[in-house]
Amino acid sequence: MSEAGYNYRIVRGFAFSALFWLVIGLVVGLWIAVEMFNPALNFTPWLSFGRLRVVHTNGLGLGFGLAGIFATAYYILQRLTRTPIPFPRLAQAHLYLFNTAIALAALSLFAGMNTTKEYAELEWPLDIGVVIFWVMFAINVFGTLIKRQEKQMYISLWYIIAMTVTIAVLYIVNNLEIPVTLFKSYSIYAGANDANVEWWYGHNIVGFIFTVPVLAMFYYFLPKATGLPIFSHRLSIVSFWALIFAYLWTGAHHLMLTPLPEWIQTVAIAFSIFLIAPSWGSVVNGYYTLQGNWDQMRSNYLVKFFIVGITFYGLQTLQGPLQGLRTLNAFFHYTDWVVGHVHMGTMGWVTMVISASFYYMIPRISNTELYSIKLANTHFWLILVGQLIWTITMWIGGIQQGAMWKATNPDGSLMYNFLDSVTSLYPYYRIRFAAGVVYFIGILVFAWNLIMTVRQQPQQSEA
Amino acid sequence: MGITSKPVVFAVLSAVVILIGTTVTVFVPLFMPSTQPVSAYIQPYTAVELEGRDIYMREGCNNCHTQTVRPLRTEVLRYGEYSKAEEFAYDRPFLWGSRRTGPDLNRIGGKYPDSWHYKHMQSPQGMFEKSNMPPYGWLAKNRLDTTHSYKKTSILDYGYSENDVRQQITQYHATVTDGAYPSKESRDQVTPPELRQELTEMDAMIAYLQKLGRDVKNLEAKK
Repeated sequence: MSEAGYNYRIVRGFAFSALFWLVIGLVVGLWIAVEMFNPALNFTPWLSFGRLRVVHTNGLGLGFGLAGIFATAYYILQRLTRTPIPFPRLAQAHLYLFNTAIALAALSLFAGMNTTKEYAELEWPLDIGVVIFWVMFAINVFGTLIKRQEKQMYISLWYIIAMTVTIAVLYIVNNLEIPVTLFKSYSIYAGANDANVEWWYGHNIVGFIFTVPVLAMFYYFLPKATGLPIFSHRLSIVSFWALIFAYLWTGAHHLMLTPLPEWIQTVAIAFSIFLIAPSWGSVVNGYYTLQGNWDQMRSNYLVKFFIVGITFYGLQTLQGPLQGLRTLNAFFHYTDWVVGHVHMGTMGWVTMVISASFYYMIPRISNTELYSIKLANTHFWLILVGQLIWTITMWIGGIQQGAMWKATNPDGSLMYNFLDSVTSLYPYYRIRFAAGVVYFIGILVFAWNLIMTVRQQPQQSEA
Repeated sequence: MGITSKPVVFAVLSAVVILIGTTVTVFVPLFMPSTQPVSAYIQPYTAVELEGRDIYMREGCNNCHTQTVRPLRTEVLRYGEYSKAEEFAYDRPFLWGSRRTGPDLNRIGGKYPDSWHYKHMQSPQGMFEKSNMPPYGWLAKNRLDTTHSYKKTSILDYGYSENDVRQQITQYHATVTDGAYPSKESRDQVTPPELRQELTEMDAMIAYLQKLGRDVKNLEAKK
């Protein structure tokens, strides 16, 4: 508890939950990275790739991603409203339920209870658990906002509101299913409709977990860390509304050239291109905030996390719409190119910004200084280099595989059989695994730095 | 700005803004029959095929295999006729997938005999030395659980009576345990002796794989 009565216990609880699920999720990620070129690692049914891949995506998306969002949202909410959360016990229950649900999610996915809808693989009892903890979170979000001491809501709070509302809609609509048993259910939608609902969800869950709340962190912690006000308030207003409006139209770019009606695909392409504008609105806002103060890239260890992070966000939001174009999609879809694309966003943008947010937040709520800035710099370079090698390797592999699938002989027959296109990727998979190890070491440094920070003696007076 | 000092109004307005695109591109198509047409030439899965499909889902096969052939020249050359919307009327959930670590499976039915699948599932590396597919021989060591088969088909509205479901199971059981079953040798090789007279999860999985694209191929054959 700080002098203003802010509840920091909940912030710490979620921050260290995030670190825990991050490490677990990455260990699983490294395991399946080896399985891609060495299938001998599929020792048992529950260690087989098909089951582990969803443990990896859910562990990092729902475990690490959501916990990181909850930690920073509880902090940002209280600071920006100058109001402690009104229901601290509810928040504590939220923390316990969240971790229980993620642990059960991991176990159930290991056991093969899998609805197969990407990023919504959890079976129905766990879906109910997720909805309950989301409502618990929402009660504190709106409770704090209603009781707030600060009249105007700053940009970050808009993004937190939009996320709270949208995730609820997405999650409930996509997970409507009819139970067969406690561990098995069927989607209420069939075929093309199920696909359309799923990718509306799949695209926007990425948008409203890996973009919207991360922008909330960016808009809050970048000015805090630099002491510089955000460049343009007006630009942030336009970007915000344009982003949340356009995002929801674009899910079908994941279903290009499938049996989904063509008009839905075309509308998705148009809005995907449009989405470049509000995405870059935030990128520009970030860059111009540093106008005249670019020396902070060198002097302030936090700034490079934010600026390099928003740069990857900028690249991500250019690459995404381009991949959605029919011609390019026909080439890249279903290859490792897309895997590279996703990981630039998660390993680059999301992790960079969450890392810096934690580095800013954790020492302050613990009345201490960061254990080691040197280690934070080491962490930065390891995850940057690891991620770059990782994603670039996958892009090259993706181009190669796409080209092999399309290659024909002069007589019009296919040049390569499918297996050739797989085995030719094994060298890339080995490099990708090595890059993943580098990245993982960076994350271990990150976790170590934060653990040592909170284990230090608190300082007498707050800085 | 008034709205940034009114959190509830802000939340309601956000909800309206996100629901516009959602309504046009997702909710409206749900009520348009043309989004997911139903056609008489596509048959629903039998109870055994459906059990196989559930095992396919349990093992996360969709993480590496797609089930949509795109209307592209090389894709049709590689897999066969491109996928049509009506083929998926009975797919709940859809299993189109998003990554091809392995090949597309929407036209796998009838491409190989059952014996090929028994051998391949048992040891993908035995058939293709450098394949990275996990082995699934252990599916033949699990007796197929058909306790909920009828409940499943009725939830999915396949229109089978309880008797139909029982008959489908009995019939497929008879097929694979028959001494004259063409893939008997391979099946016996992967199935432990005590389960050779039973239906296994492997049997159901192969029944499902053989159903993928079968109706379309039958239709093409008639042309």
